[in-house]
Amino acid sequence: MSMALLETKNLGISFGGLKAVSDFNLTIEKGQLYGLIGPNGAGKTTIFNLLTGVYKPTEGMAELDGEVITGKSPVEICKHGVARTFQNIRLFKDLTVLDNVKVGLHNNYKYSLLDGIFRTPKYFKTEKAMNEKALELLKVFDLDNEAQFLAANLPYGKQRKLEIARALATEPKLLLLDEPAAGMNPNETQELMDNIRFIRDEFDMTILLIEHDMRLVSGICEEVTVLNFGQVLAQGETAQVLNDPAVIKAYIGE
Amino acid sequence: MKSLLQKKSTRNNLITYGAVIVFYAVFQTLATTGSLKSLYKGLLVPICAYVILAVSLNLTVGILGELSLGHAGFMCIGAYSSVIFSLATHETIKSDFLRFLLALIIGGVCAAIFGIIIGVPILRLSGDYLAIVTLAFGEIIKNICNVLYIGYDSNGFQVGIKDSSVQLAEDGKMILKGAMGASDIPKDSTFTIGIILVLITLFVVFNFVDSRAGRAVMSIRDNRIAAQSTGINITKYKLLAFTISSFFAGIAGTLYAHNYSILTTKKYDYNTSIAILVFVVLGGMGNIRGSIIAALILTVLPEILRGFSEYRMLIYSVVLIAMMIYNSSPKLQGIKEKYSIKRILDAKKRAKALGENEKEAE
Amino acid sequence: MSFISYLISGISLGSIYAIIALGYTMVYGIAKMLNFAHGDIIMVGGYAVFTIGITCGMNKWIAMLVGVVVCTVLGIVIEKVAYKPLRGASSLAVLITAIGVSYLLQNLALLIFGSNPKSFTSVVSVPMIKLANGELTITGETIVTIIVCIIIMVVLTLFINKTKAGRAMLAVSEDKGAAQLMGVNVNGTIALTFAIGSALAAVAGILLCSAYPQIIPTTGAMPGIKAFTAAVFGGIGSIPGALIGGIILGVIESLGQAYISSQLADAIVFSVLIIVLLVKPTGIFGKKINEKV
Repeated sequence: MSMALLETKNLGISFGGLKAVSDFNLTIEKGQLYGLIGPNGAGKTTIFNLLTGVYKPTEGMAELDGEVITGKSPVEICKHGVARTFQNIRLFKDLTVLDNVKVGLHNNYKYSLLDGIFRTPKYFKTEKAMNEKALELLKVFDLDNEAQFLAANLPYGKQRKLEIARALATEPKLLLLDEPAAGMNPNETQELMDNIRFIRDEFDMTILLIEHDMRLVSGICEEVTVLNFGQVLAQGETAQVLNDPAVIKAYIGE
Repeated sequence: MKSLLQKKSTRNNLITYGAVIVFYAVFQTLATTGSLKSLYKGLLVPICAYVILAVSLNLTVGILGELSLGHAGFMCIGAYSSVIFSLATHETIKSDFLRFLLALIIGGVCAAIFGIIIGVPILRLSGDYLAIVTLAFGEIIKNICNVLYIGYDSNGFQVGIKDSSVQLAEDGKMILKGAMGASDIPKDSTFTIGIILVLITLFVVFNFVDSRAGRAVMSIRDNRIAAQSTGINITKYKLLAFTISSFFAGIAGTLYAHNYSILTTKKYDYNTSIAILVFVVLGGMGNIRGSIIAALILTVLPEILRGFSEYRMLIYSVVLIAMMIYNSSPKLQGIKEKYSIKRILDAKKRAKALGENEKEAE
Repeated sequence: MSFISYLISGISLGSIYAIIALGYTMVYGIAKMLNFAHGDIIMVGGYAVFTIGITCGMNKWIAMLVGVVVCTVLGIVIEKVAYKPLRGASSLAVLITAIGVSYLLQNLALLIFGSNPKSFTSVVSVPMIKLANGELTITGETIVTIIVCIIIMVVLTLFINKTKAGRAMLAVSEDKGAAQLMGVNVNGTIALTFAIGSALAAVAGILLCSAYPQIIPTTGAMPGIKAFTAAVFGGIGSIPGALIGGIILGVIESLGQAYISSQLADAIVFSVLIIVLLVKPTGIFGKKINEKV
């Protein structure tokens, strides 16, 4: 069982006495494609915020690769190897598509402030390497020929993909995708599913994703956890869980 | 395609350097041949100082995306620290050039140190609160400079906040006299030095923006939460941009102060901070070349149009309001997101490029 | 005895700050913007009363009424022309616009009235009180200022909690979108807030110019910024916070002026602002606002 990449133990948070998430236990193996589903307001994004340090949990803990990450700052957690995308896309809109990814490369390709100002050979060498790496990542999402345009001007679906590319640039161990298919048409969703599988296989990535599109979830997730009112309702193999009467009831109602 | 892009930003920067040098060549020639009225001749150094101030404030406002209303405060620190140095070493350092070089370094470094001291606690704030705190610091700095009495004699320096607290021996000399400020400052500033400083400022700011650190700063501006989730240390890069901005404000203060024989806090107050902000807003936030042009025009224009100076501040204020409503109003532009000219131009280019790509594919 | 007299003048000054701070706090609470021009409305109120009451020689009550009406209308106009088009824009854009409006008002006043101070005749006719064998005197202005401040606080609290318009204000400050869906006229409520805030600024202007009987185009600038400090101190959006913040700040300024240095009084007040913002940015009664991720 030492293969677990992410393990949370009784993770929970309350806002002013109101428990948003409680007793959240989750184990994700290395290389797994894992789904987190549940009705709106169930606390899915809150869990992402807990795992990335945006919120500090009021109870429980989370371990990444055997190291405790809860209580750390978002920057430290990113450096530990957790990267994410956002439900309401958060790109650097006035930077180019390429520069968005290069910000993701920030901590892996370094040169000093003075190298940058005085344009030393190290600056040129590192920038060149960064450009190559960034274009390579953009190519995965077929964004490489739009590298020089502002992120703000990409169509919606491509903005979602750019966010994933930026997250990958931080070289994470665990990638958290918050509703990656939201607002996409069926064709785009199909492409995205291929992209996600490709990332998992090519980058040996472990992926946890929140999604409402059940076609995507049942199509690519090996296991899922269903969240309802901040608590785990069901957990296990995707096909099994999705046929669980309790899960269907939570989604469709009485 | 990428190499083309890099060439383009480098080419843009080269055009800016070139324009500054041409400006220098023209006005230096006019000044030496005596065809420039002394009124305009007197403006040459202040123009350089204001350009440096506008470019450096643009780093905070346009690149970092935080409003500073205390830029004149850092200018004030640069002016006072360097003038104290120049007056204290007036007799010991004989070379004017060497003394002024050291004065510039002292002015810039003192302002940068204050930038760090002030920045560490306040940069945790953002938006309106940060703006009001920078205003407060600017006023505090001005207030303190206004009550400072500094003198020296054979026993060393004496500092006080009251006239009576500085008692000098026979051979002593007062440097700062409270609200009266300093006098007999060596007029070391020249147009040539001013232009060199402008070029240095541009070099540092351009190269900073187009580097790893500059990207980090702009990512914070565009989306703070995404930036930290991408591993960008918000405090560090905010502080870095703020410190560089303060450093050049200090340099500009030094340049400005050594253009006149008398120094008081009057030229380093809140009004100056706003005037610099107007340069930045009018030139376009984040647009360095625009800042330069705005600073130049808004410094020269009131002098050319007689009787205009009375209306200068009035027009500044109308310009500020009109520019902001024109550029930022969600209603005027239809969609909130598409507010900037930069984005609209880029969208056009993108459409064109992709349209061409499609043709190629056919 | 001198300590008590400094304390009382501090409370009086603080009462003026509190009235100004109310305007800041209400506008910030509802429109989520720092109305930088608020302080300059004080100055406009002062000049309006000066023009009607002193230049034209009209009855002081009429002058004051005109002053309040002018400021109220001005507040509504500024909101409509400058701020409303920017609703939804970045806070940086709104703040710069507000600074522009502040500058516009100051420079218009400069063109109309010139930079020389105009001497203002106090509108207060309450006699001063002498206590402790004449060692302690309290001016009529001080008494009136404190009483007016208390009345405004009470009336405003009642207005907000008991009337429909007041509750609409509360609703808009909580959630603009939800309030709109519940049938609250958001634009009208914001305009009303600016109107009330500006009317209060006029009152503050009259009291300020009566206590310090002269007026220049920048008369409102410093008290405006200090009152904002008071509003932050008390907690933005809180009415009792504005009162307490204002009075604490007034007392600090008065005592600082007396015992430390009159030239550094402003620096002391600004230091308080910085310390408050760094230690407790939400102020004494403020609520914490988190950005939704």
